[in-house]
Amino acid sequence: MPNVTFLVATLLLATVAFVIGRRRAVEVGGPRRRDLHSLPSYYGLYVALWCGIPALAVGALWMMFEPGIVDSLVLDALPAGMVPADPHQVSFLQTAIRRLANAAVIPSDADPALIAAAAHYNSLQQTASLALAAVLLAVGIVGLVWARSHISPAMRARNRVEKLIMIALFVCSCLSVLTTIAIVLSLIFESIRFFQAVPITDFLFGLEWSPQTAMRADQVGSSGAFGAVPLFLGTALITAISIVVAVPIGLFVAIYLADYASPRARAVVKPLLEILAGIPTVVFGFFAALTVAPFLRGLGGSIGLDVASESALAAGVVMGIMIVPFVSSLSDDVMNAVPQSLRDGSAALGATKSETIRQVVVPAALPGIVGGVLLAVSRAIGETMIVVMAAGLAANLTVNPLEAVTTVTVQIATLLVGDQEFDSPKTLAAFALGLLLFCVTLVLNLVALHVVRKYREKYD
Amino acid sequence: MTDLAVRPMALRRPDLSATRLRRRYAAERRFRFYGILAVAVAAGMLGLLLGSILYKGYSAFYRTEIALPVNFDPAVIDPAGTRDPAVIAAADYAKIARDSLNARFPDVSSRADRRALSQLLAAGTDLRLRAIAMKNPAIIGTTATVELAASDDVDMLMKGRISRAVGEADRTLTDKQLAWMDELEADGLVAYSLNTTFFTAGDSREPEEAGVLGAFIGSILTMLVTLALAFPLAVATAVYLEEFAPKNRWTDLIEVNINNLAAVPSIVFGLLGLAIFLGFFGLPRSAPVVGGLVLALMTLPTIIIATRASLKAVPPSIREAAYGVGASSLQVVTHHVVPLALPGILTGTIIGMARALGETAPLLMIGMVAFIVDVPKGFTDAATVLPVQVYLWADSPERGFVEKTSGAIIVLLVTLILMNGIAVFLRRRFERRW
Repeated sequence: MPNVTFLVATLLLATVAFVIGRRRAVEVGGPRRRDLHSLPSYYGLYVALWCGIPALAVGALWMMFEPGIVDSLVLDALPAGMVPADPHQVSFLQTAIRRLANAAVIPSDADPALIAAAAHYNSLQQTASLALAAVLLAVGIVGLVWARSHISPAMRARNRVEKLIMIALFVCSCLSVLTTIAIVLSLIFESIRFFQAVPITDFLFGLEWSPQTAMRADQVGSSGAFGAVPLFLGTALITAISIVVAVPIGLFVAIYLADYASPRARAVVKPLLEILAGIPTVVFGFFAALTVAPFLRGLGGSIGLDVASESALAAGVVMGIMIVPFVSSLSDDVMNAVPQSLRDGSAALGATKSETIRQVVVPAALPGIVGGVLLAVSRAIGETMIVVMAAGLAANLTVNPLEAVTTVTVQIATLLVGDQEFDSPKTLAAFALGLLLFCVTLVLNLVALHVVRKYREKYD
Repeated sequence: MTDLAVRPMALRRPDLSATRLRRRYAAERRFRFYGILAVAVAAGMLGLLLGSILYKGYSAFYRTEIALPVNFDPAVIDPAGTRDPAVIAAADYAKIARDSLNARFPDVSSRADRRALSQLLAAGTDLRLRAIAMKNPAIIGTTATVELAASDDVDMLMKGRISRAVGEADRTLTDKQLAWMDELEADGLVAYSLNTTFFTAGDSREPEEAGVLGAFIGSILTMLVTLALAFPLAVATAVYLEEFAPKNRWTDLIEVNINNLAAVPSIVFGLLGLAIFLGFFGLPRSAPVVGGLVLALMTLPTIIIATRASLKAVPPSIREAAYGVGASSLQVVTHHVVPLALPGILTGTIIGMARALGETAPLLMIGMVAFIVDVPKGFTDAATVLPVQVYLWADSPERGFVEKTSGAIIVLLVTLILMNGIAVFLRRRFERRW
């Protein structure tokens, strides 16, 4: 890890700069430091920042450009005629050289020219490391000396340091936006490449999904079909089952907790729900595949129904259980936000508790509950592990919950797990599906968050 | 005026009869019962889930061992008598294991039967014997009783996971093997002991040789990267948004964006990692550093939201008092507000980390599903993590992996419970109500 070594060294240099700057400030500040504008440690920080930040910036730039420069130098040094014209083959050659350079034992059958190139590569790398160390040290020391020479009692070190920290905080807060942009860009670029190979209408409206493209052109089924409708239907089916399970249970749990449960019952049930919410999805997937699915299959068999071993029902039911805590905590929040005066008014008219809940509390909280359900739907659509483990891979166009269906997330996972090349429509299809998934959940989330927030404001 | 007198008011009187009241009370009881039923269903499913995993997984923590007198034959190990470690290391210990079994069952003679006999012992038996001989070369030439781990099929049989009732064709063990095991058990040679392999080995194709240590270390490395990235960034973001940010369109956008990121499906983060970190920056596949990066981006919104909530809970009087004695706005925050909010921030961080620890889907995308035997030693080594190990083992056809999967889940859940326990402890111990 040479990069980490350089990072640590730079930080050490900055620490030294801090000590030097602080000492300098004490020196110029006079015996009682009364004339200093800021505390001495701010001067130390000032020098440390001037020493560390330019050095880190130079180091980062170096890391970015060094591999390319070293590679091209190595290629230039190769005997003429060894460098192929095709850029793909060049990258193969470079990988071979790098592997030789890192190998502990050089294989005896290796090409002597390549061995020489690998040695050249290693020596260049060594030179580069030394050069980087020298440059970092020089930049750091120049910054240190420059900042130190500027220390004077009148210098507003604190203001300068704080300004810089403010900028750093602002940059950090922009990172989340950058993440979203990165997600959108990475999805869109790969999707555009996919839609160049497969027309977007085929993707959105096609009824057949079989992404296996053959290695050879003359193989059977070499074309590959990318009609995503079976996936949408499968996702919708499993999501619908999970919502049918989760919404009644979650809503009644929330009603019970908000209006019926004694404090002691609450103290037991709430942690239980938190445990349920904290269980990793892969555990739910294992439970669905090994416990619930065989149970449903046996149950179906005993009443004469043919249940697939990877039925949509098993995955949907377990996913429903998984999102119960989600629905219940959101509904609990919105029902608690309904003012007590509404309940009191209803009770004063002679309504029983359940009548109050049904005719006053739930209608008043309905927008918030709907928002919560939308968030639950968005989570169910994006959930991966349960369906990967318990739902099938076969893209059946069916709404029968007893049959195996596949979902968008299952296909993304199976298309991208294992070795893959970045150019085949098969891998690019995963990005198109991802883009679609991102857009659908984004819209659901925006609507739901808007509804929930607007509703909360109404009673505040 | 006269109209009123002519037309009698159509007044609906409420039905106050006892029957209706009874019906209303019955409805009330029913409604309450539904609530209890819903709680019971949720709790029951949780109990069923945990119960089934405990039931399937507790046996992963012990293993079946067969105590056999093993003759460390010098003719096989070290014919020249040099006691050179290189010679001892290279010897055929599988033969020694076979010989000791054959000595116990001298009447087994046919080749096929002898092979079936040797299948009673675990696949790594020769390595175990080699380790003994290497550690203590004086044992060569003597006969010592060694407790050798049984193979996964025998292990499953002795733990009652393979039924003897089914026919021989549907079993992985033959009737003869069953008879041998019965004989060994009758002699009191079968014992159970703590399955140390499960805690000290990496992944393996053989259930009896597979362990969770590799995945556990991989998880720790990944979590370290996640923590190192997500914690400072999230706290900085939250401090900026809560304490310094001006109210304008840009900060509004950041806020909406953070709330949205918290709800983006995790698999999309995996796609991001694949396209950006692996595709664009060329970072190594299957490496904890990439997993940590992806999970950090995923955890950021959780920690930001928790941090903002606990910053908000610090009362304004603290800030005003600090301003009053001449602190700058940054000093107010770093000297007073953040330290007071720290328990809440740490609680939120631990909860976010616990969620990241259980996350599987994005790591599948960046190649952390590879079959990796070695325990990772650094952030760029190929590694896998606990939940992915669970996923991998759940897919394995061998019967023995079912209990290993459940055992790995138990390890994962215990780790999560510990993390959440620390969070609850921090909250109880340090959180202040103002």
